[in-house]
Amino acid sequence: MEASERAVQVSGVSKVFNPGTPRQVDALVDVELTVAPGEFVTLIGPSGCGKSTLLRLIASLIEPTTGTITVNGKPAGRARLDQEYGMAFQQAGLFDWRSVVKNVELPLELKGWDKAKRRERALDMLALVKLADFAEHRPWQLSGGMQQRVAIARALAAHPPLLLMDEPFGALDEMTREHMQAELLRICADTDTSVVFVTHSIPEAVYLSRRVVVMSRRPGTISHVIDVDLGAHRDVDTREDAGFYKKVTEVREALRGHEVDKSLMATGGEDR
Amino acid sequence: MIRKFLLFVLALGLVACAWELYKLVGPDNGGDVLGWSIIPRTNDIAMPHVWDMGARLFEDESRTSDRPIWLVVLEAAWYSFRLAAAGFAIGSVVGIALATVMARFNVVRRGLLPYLVVSQTVPLIALAPLVVSWGGRVSIGGWSWPRWLSVAVLGAFLAFFPVAVGTLRGLESASSTALELMRSFAASGSQTLRKLRFPAAVPRMVPALRLAATASVIGVVVAEISTGLRGGIGRLIIEYARQSTSDSAKLYPALLGAAVLGLALVGVVGAFEYGVNRQRPPVPSG
Repeated sequence: MEASERAVQVSGVSKVFNPGTPRQVDALVDVELTVAPGEFVTLIGPSGCGKSTLLRLIASLIEPTTGTITVNGKPAGRARLDQEYGMAFQQAGLFDWRSVVKNVELPLELKGWDKAKRRERALDMLALVKLADFAEHRPWQLSGGMQQRVAIARALAAHPPLLLMDEPFGALDEMTREHMQAELLRICADTDTSVVFVTHSIPEAVYLSRRVVVMSRRPGTISHVIDVDLGAHRDVDTREDAGFYKKVTEVREALRGHEVDKSLMATGGEDR
Repeated sequence: MIRKFLLFVLALGLVACAWELYKLVGPDNGGDVLGWSIIPRTNDIAMPHVWDMGARLFEDESRTSDRPIWLVVLEAAWYSFRLAAAGFAIGSVVGIALATVMARFNVVRRGLLPYLVVSQTVPLIALAPLVVSWGGRVSIGGWSWPRWLSVAVLGAFLAFFPVAVGTLRGLESASSTALELMRSFAASGSQTLRKLRFPAAVPRMVPALRLAATASVIGVVVAEISTGLRGGIGRLIIEYARQSTSDSAKLYPALLGAAVLGLALVGVVGAFEYGVNRQRPPVPSG
């Protein structure tokens, strides 16, 4: 695969916060990750394993201490300026003083699109997330799940090839969450978007991803990469499939395996 | 709205009743407690009847004038209102500009903010002659600094502070998610300021502006007195206070005028607030 054919290429990336001070934290050490175009990759791991840090590095919201990151063949910083990716967070982060459709227009407005063109695109995006009837509503009149759908529409408004998501469904109830997962897969298939998705939830990771990247803590590294071969088409039945349970167990063991190692090491240290 | 107005009238009535009640039972020439004369006098010079104050409103200002006091007070209040509005406008612009610079540059913020706080401890009366004398030296082309502008500037001196502090806090109230979002959209600094920080600051700016409105009225009234500017309500209060030994009810219409003036300017801010809040989620104000 050529560099330009990769949605994301992370090579030898480390991130140290507060270097040279007592509060120094090695958030990530020597991370390698490649995401193919159209691929859905999930980062999962315990709190503080650096999965959100990795996402922010790809987004060029922060700079790596060492290593290089390319998005769509461009250096991450350049990719951010060119809006090669869209981003969604746990809080929908909609602006209360704008109508729903104007929230979706925001990235286009910042890019200098003219008014009629960006309104047309924003309405298309709202139709994609099935909220066309709510264009003139205010964000605070919408439920949490609807707000998150608006946030996804906004992230994808400029038709970026890549979507970066940081626990976007973390604050939703279970039923809404499963519905949103199915919607997200449909939207990504419709728009042919690659996704890097951070989550705490094992079933969510397995249901959504083609690959689950399991990360471990202190220092933050990738401990396992698990291929999820459940096919491209996934629906309600997928969640009840035996293969689904097998993968959930595999991810759980990958996560726990590391925790067990750590606790053994800790008690071993105390014994001596 | 009507309920609020009725409550306001009721409160006013209660104050009038309390006034008259004390006047009825209190000692005419006051009294001493442990040698301190702290019990207020209730004679007609110290505490005129409420109805006398009301009646005075509609009588002529003095024997040599044929204009009723309410008209004189209203004219003076209107004059001061314009000065206070000018002071409020200058103060708001300066306050918002300072807050913007402080929010943008942390160095400026750390250097400037303590001085802004100190500036508010300088008594206005000490500052008034300085501003007048500086203003007197300003002359650009054929334009020379009018005296009323000194008064407006002194009003602005009190008004800018709450605006600067409130706006600064408001500009910094944008959530980290929203800021990261703007960064992910490659928004420039000025775009982030216009499309995120300022709109996010509005809920904190509105109460600051309301404080600034009342502060500019106080500033203008005090500055009128200490610069000796004629025509406004401050000057009127001083003049009437001097006459109060012989015509004690006369002072109160002037005080009423000052109160109306403050309410009018706060009302302007309130109208602005109403326009803004219609766009916002219905949160309890506070």
